Amino acid sequence: MSVREWTYAIVVVSFALYIGIAIWAKAKTTKDFYVAGGDVSPLANGMATAADWMSAASFLGMAGIIAFAGYDGSVYLMGWTGGYVLLALLLAPYLRKFGKFTVPDFIGDRYYSQSARIVAVFCAIFVSFTYVAGQMRGVGIVFSRFLEVPVTTGVLIGMAIVFFYAVLGGMKGITYTQVAQYCVLIFAYLVPAIFISLMVTGNPIPQLGFGGQDLASGEWLLDKLDGLHQQLGFAAYTEGSKGMLDMFCITAALMVGTAGLPHVIIRFYTVPKVRDARISVGWALLFISILYTTAPAVAVFARTNLIQEVEGRAYAEDVDAAETVPTWFKTWEGTDLIAWRDKNNDGRVQYRAGAPFLGKPAFVEGTGDNGERLVANEKTDNANELYVDRDIMVLANPEIAKLPAWVIGLVAAGALAAALSTAAGLLLVVSSAISHDLLKRALRPNITEKGELLAARVSAAVAVGIAGVLGIYPPDYVAAVVAFAFGLAASSFFPAIIMGIFSRRMNKQGAVAGMVCGIVFTATYIIYFKFIDSGPGSQDRWWWGISPEGIGSVGMLLNFAVALTISKLTPPPPQAVQDMVDSIRIPAASRKEG
Amino acid sequence: MPHKPQAHTDYWRANLRILARLLVLWFIVSFGFGILLVEPLNSIRIPGTGFKLGFWFAQQGSIYAFVLIIFYYVRRMNRLDREHGVQED
Repeated sequence: MSVREWTYAIVVVSFALYIGIAIWAKAKTTKDFYVAGGDVSPLANGMATAADWMSAASFLGMAGIIAFAGYDGSVYLMGWTGGYVLLALLLAPYLRKFGKFTVPDFIGDRYYSQSARIVAVFCAIFVSFTYVAGQMRGVGIVFSRFLEVPVTTGVLIGMAIVFFYAVLGGMKGITYTQVAQYCVLIFAYLVPAIFISLMVTGNPIPQLGFGGQDLASGEWLLDKLDGLHQQLGFAAYTEGSKGMLDMFCITAALMVGTAGLPHVIIRFYTVPKVRDARISVGWALLFISILYTTAPAVAVFARTNLIQEVEGRAYAEDVDAAETVPTWFKTWEGTDLIAWRDKNNDGRVQYRAGAPFLGKPAFVEGTGDNGERLVANEKTDNANELYVDRDIMVLANPEIAKLPAWVIGLVAAGALAAALSTAAGLLLVVSSAISHDLLKRALRPNITEKGELLAARVSAAVAVGIAGVLGIYPPDYVAAVVAFAFGLAASSFFPAIIMGIFSRRMNKQGAVAGMVCGIVFTATYIIYFKFIDSGPGSQDRWWWGISPEGIGSVGMLLNFAVALTISKLTPPPPQAVQDMVDSIRIPAASRKEG
Repeated sequence: MPHKPQAHTDYWRANLRILARLLVLWFIVSFGFGILLVEPLNSIRIPGTGFKLGFWFAQQGSIYAFVLIIFYYVRRMNRLDREHGVQED
């Protein structure tokens, strides 16, 4: 069977599985729809959380980012896993004890304020849509690359699948499809990683392999890569080029943002007990760490392979085969993800530090002297001739390692599973924010159970539609906007929830003032440095050298400071709220509530 | 719920002590070893491997430590719940 046939077969089988699960797990009540009936086992919840969390970006993008950033890429590894420690220790057990369904539920009840609830609703919707646009786009791209259908068709197929199980099954359908999706995606990630680790180092465990010796030369692989990097003018792979304070702030913002993202938090409402909430965060992080500890290994293998197989090779085919670029080079050039511009006219690829030309490649008709595709971009005056999109690191790996066709099909199915599971989790946040927080808790408290369930389904359907449109017509700077999601979650939700649990004295005035200051500060900084003053040299004007990605941690500190000060100057919260805080701190009474 | 103020206060204090200890550990393995002390630690190699210690903590060790911290926390809290009679069953 060819690569395409394998891909079709594996993708169709996995989709049939998801649909089958959706039919089996149909939601009958609002409790089914919002929190899967509240009786998911901790292990299943851990797996579902892992699939929910690991998006198209984790699956496709992360190894690539690390391959190009080296040590600097550690911020994502630590940031997106360390947040689970905060979640386990500071949030999940208490929110489970609180019960209810959503994050705005907690904010609204704890701060006895409808305006706080509504601010939380809009934050939750904004954060989730920001995120979901990238997922639907990811689905479309995977379809177009592996199955050769237009991106738009791919997005539409993805929408149909998500529509089916999110609208029909709500959280219940989503949870059990996510369990299946986790299995697909982790298998799809590990198989090529193990093959490549064996090929490069002889060790089947990638986590150990990248600390091992290169089979070809007997050198430590990391030393070899550092050496290659320095020869070509890059910073050593294992040493960074980011400032220490910036590294610190980005890591902190990502950790805190992770713990404050509503689609992650709501997963811990789905288990029966406080004890289950604690252990399911443990399972979630264990399942996530399998991928997150493999990614840096994949990054090292891919980076080494890329440099060795491309640098100094001739493009034209009439040269000796061992001296020409590999075939995958031309395949990916054909999809716009690789571009080569022969600046010194020697017919060979010269890979050096720096951008080969300004911006993303703008391919034009015709080919150059060696048969390469031509780009119209203005060239830079450094020696680098090669443009490589970071995303190809995971996608091209099976080809680089010459793996069998079914592995490539598996990677496609894995990427789709990662994107669809995350999209579904996010869409559920949007739908519950509208039908539960806005409609039931704020606008029409008398709505019937049936009416609320219908409203939940309708808003899920509308959300799928909007997500699809965002996927087909992606707003510019999707990547830049993701910094927003984390910055916003870090500077608004996280401090408000933490203080709601750990400070009995925190009141409405303090919490609202803190959230507003945190969001306004963080959003202003990100907008200013991402859109207004984003050109070269703007880095020199960053406050204390902190990038927009890291500013959420400053926003968080500001939120804490403002909230604590204001709450000292205003009256304490009502006795009923203080009693509620006492009650969420103690596991025992949780059996009494519904 | 039945009010047992003193027992609950003791439980909460013990809980906060456990949290504080584990969060210090969390900070040390990630921000400490992976970022602030990465350069001095990089002069040490993990024996038998090509890993520099600081780099290893930033890309591997901190993540393993996070998993261990959570599983330890779960065990410790389940014990604490029983010791203070606030467990769920």
